[in-house]
Amino acid sequence: MREIAYRLALREAIAEEMERDDRVLIMGEEVGRYQGAYKVTEGLFDRFGDRRVIDTPIAENGFAGIGVGAAMVGLRPIVEFMTWNFSAVAFDQILSNAAKVRQMSGGQFTCPIVFRGPNGSARQVGSQHSQSMDIFYAHVPGLKVLAPATPRDAKGLLKAAIRDDNPICFLESETLYNLKGDVPDPAEGDFVVEIGKANVLREGTDVTIVSWSRISMVAMQAAALLEKEGISAEVVDLRSLRPLDHETVLNSVGKTHRAVVAHEGWPYGGVGAEVVDRIQRYGFDELDAPVLRVSGADVPMPYNAKLEQYCLPQPETIAAACKKVLYRD
Amino acid sequence: MPGKQTKQEAKKPSVHGEASSPSIKDSQFAKQAGADRVSLPRADVDTDELSRLYRQMQLIRRVEEECARAYAQGKIGGFLHLYIGQESVGVGSIAALRHDDYVVGTYRDHGIAMAKGMAAKQVMAELFGKATGCSQGLGGSMHLFDAKNGMLGGYGIVGGHIPLAVGCAFASKYRGDGRVTLCYFGEGSVTIGSFHEALSLAALWHLPIVFICENNEYAMGTPLARTLSVEDVSQKALAYGMQRDRFFARDVLEVKQRIGEAVERARTESEPTLVEVRTYRFRGHSMSDPGKYRTADEIEAQKKLDPLNRAREQLKLLGRTEEQLAKLDEEIEAEVQEAVKFAEESEEPGPEILEPTTYSGPFAR
Ligand SMILES: Cc1ncc(C[n+]2csc(CCOP(=O)(O)OP(=O)(O)O)c2C)c(N)n1
Repeated sequence: MREIAYRLALREAIAEEMERDDRVLIMGEEVGRYQGAYKVTEGLFDRFGDRRVIDTPIAENGFAGIGVGAAMVGLRPIVEFMTWNFSAVAFDQILSNAAKVRQMSGGQFTCPIVFRGPNGSARQVGSQHSQSMDIFYAHVPGLKVLAPATPRDAKGLLKAAIRDDNPICFLESETLYNLKGDVPDPAEGDFVVEIGKANVLREGTDVTIVSWSRISMVAMQAAALLEKEGISAEVVDLRSLRPLDHETVLNSVGKTHRAVVAHEGWPYGGVGAEVVDRIQRYGFDELDAPVLRVSGADVPMPYNAKLEQYCLPQPETIAAACKKVLYRD
Repeated sequence: MPGKQTKQEAKKPSVHGEASSPSIKDSQFAKQAGADRVSLPRADVDTDELSRLYRQMQLIRRVEEECARAYAQGKIGGFLHLYIGQESVGVGSIAALRHDDYVVGTYRDHGIAMAKGMAAKQVMAELFGKATGCSQGLGGSMHLFDAKNGMLGGYGIVGGHIPLAVGCAFASKYRGDGRVTLCYFGEGSVTIGSFHEALSLAALWHLPIVFICENNEYAMGTPLARTLSVEDVSQKALAYGMQRDRFFARDVLEVKQRIGEAVERARTESEPTLVEVRTYRFRGHSMSDPGKYRTADEIEAQKKLDPLNRAREQLKLLGRTEEQLAKLDEEIEAEVQEAVKFAEESEEPGPEILEPTTYSGPFAR
């Protein structure tokens, strides 16, 4: 195995799929000559040229829709949002066109497109630039939503997403881009991760922490804190928010009988609420305590650094919730 | 909108923008581009006014230089977009306003906030995330707000604030309060839908607004030629039957006069104008931008045309002594240092501030 950063893992996935399939192209703001606002696409413009690495002006609704149209007639576009915050401008194209065209055409048209970019908070970028868009997309039938936490999953899932025939929202995180981890060497053959399968990041016996994206890493820190107190936490990293692999979650809860769901987005509704519902719906008899959620604070993200951290799930807050479901607080 | 229903054909073309001629003023425009020689301003110039505008520009520049320093020291976080090089646009245009007029801008908002009356220390404290900042440390650099001075905010989503500014102008017409709204944005925003929807409605409803496109030639790393198929932004007004203007922002008094004409049209005729002001930012898009997309030579050439130097040279030609200018610099320096000190010594906001600032009245859970 070799260790590479999450950012490079994404870049490899894009490059390999572009190499493999001429229908795959990438478009977005500053993806080409500028080498990507967050450098995910660094080098791709030089390698693939301006036919396939396409710089767009600031027109999210326009270029997301162009991607959808091109996908309907046979291309496989990757549309980069500089951040997912700006996807709100393109929401109508994703909601009303990408997600609908297959069903409303009676299955005649498919829309193989990947929308991708960093989601959620970065560092002190304020309320308009710190939004977790997870639930807005996971709510929509017709879309698949992926949110990998590790470089390995970033690569394997992005490749799977590009090959998938459905519109996919691929949520990354600016704060994960430098995270390093094991990723198979391309020389060892084609590597993809199946969409729709959660992954047990750490095994444990006392409590299950369900999470995804950056907060899975925070959950791992929480598990380390709990270990010092003799509590064994299992961390389930969802990886895919839609489809949602509740089987893996329920298997874990069947073992621990207690669960905490941790995520960055707001508490009202949300993917976390969906996970809690599935646990109670399918695993009620397994539970020894109500399931708790640790979420981002129920307010727009403040700029002040300490308040921002106050609003985000921390290892300590996740650990405290775990102790609560263990009645050890 | 019910109300004034002026016929399109009844409108006179403005001095600077004849709606019929798409290539208008291009020759004049090209001449202006090379106008780097400082000459005495028009005879009727008011030296005190020029001095006041120069002081404002210089204060904004020095405040932002300190912001850059504080950012490097980790005292300011997040995104920091500096206005350095573009000060004449905000200062000149806001000089044409009444105090109760509105301004709305982008994340590159320090200059317009200060020109509209926000104190340097309130800007600095906001950037330091302090409770004494204009937005209590919750907004940060991109979101400066100052209700009492009619600064309706800096916004982070490109183009998203343009309809909002039209809404302010709508309210002014609705109430008949005689106010004018100035809306600032970069040429990068001209490609986004909300720009077009906003202009379309402002023209249709004859609203008292001036759209100021600060064309600084780059949207992040994208040069103008790769943003727009037609580089003359002001032409976008033609399709909406809107008045337009287009000029370089080298001379702060010219900015005041040209924007002033549009403000007057808004105030007296309730007609919107699109004004493209050509300018240049000397720094990167934000602090994290290495700016590899333009050469050092290009930036140096632009710095020679710095509107601040021009204003200073003009003041000398008008008889201000080195001594007087040095005294002005000292005053500005004192204000800047006081702002930094104030920001450093102020308290941070606590979590109890979050819910009451989210809703009026009880928190809606
Ligand atoms: C809808 C949206 N898309 C992308 C961005 C990221 N972004 C912020 S500023 C910017 C460039 C804007 O350039 P311009 O409008 O010319 O203004 P300038 O920064 O030059 O003042 C981009 C792409 C954003 N904030 N909002």
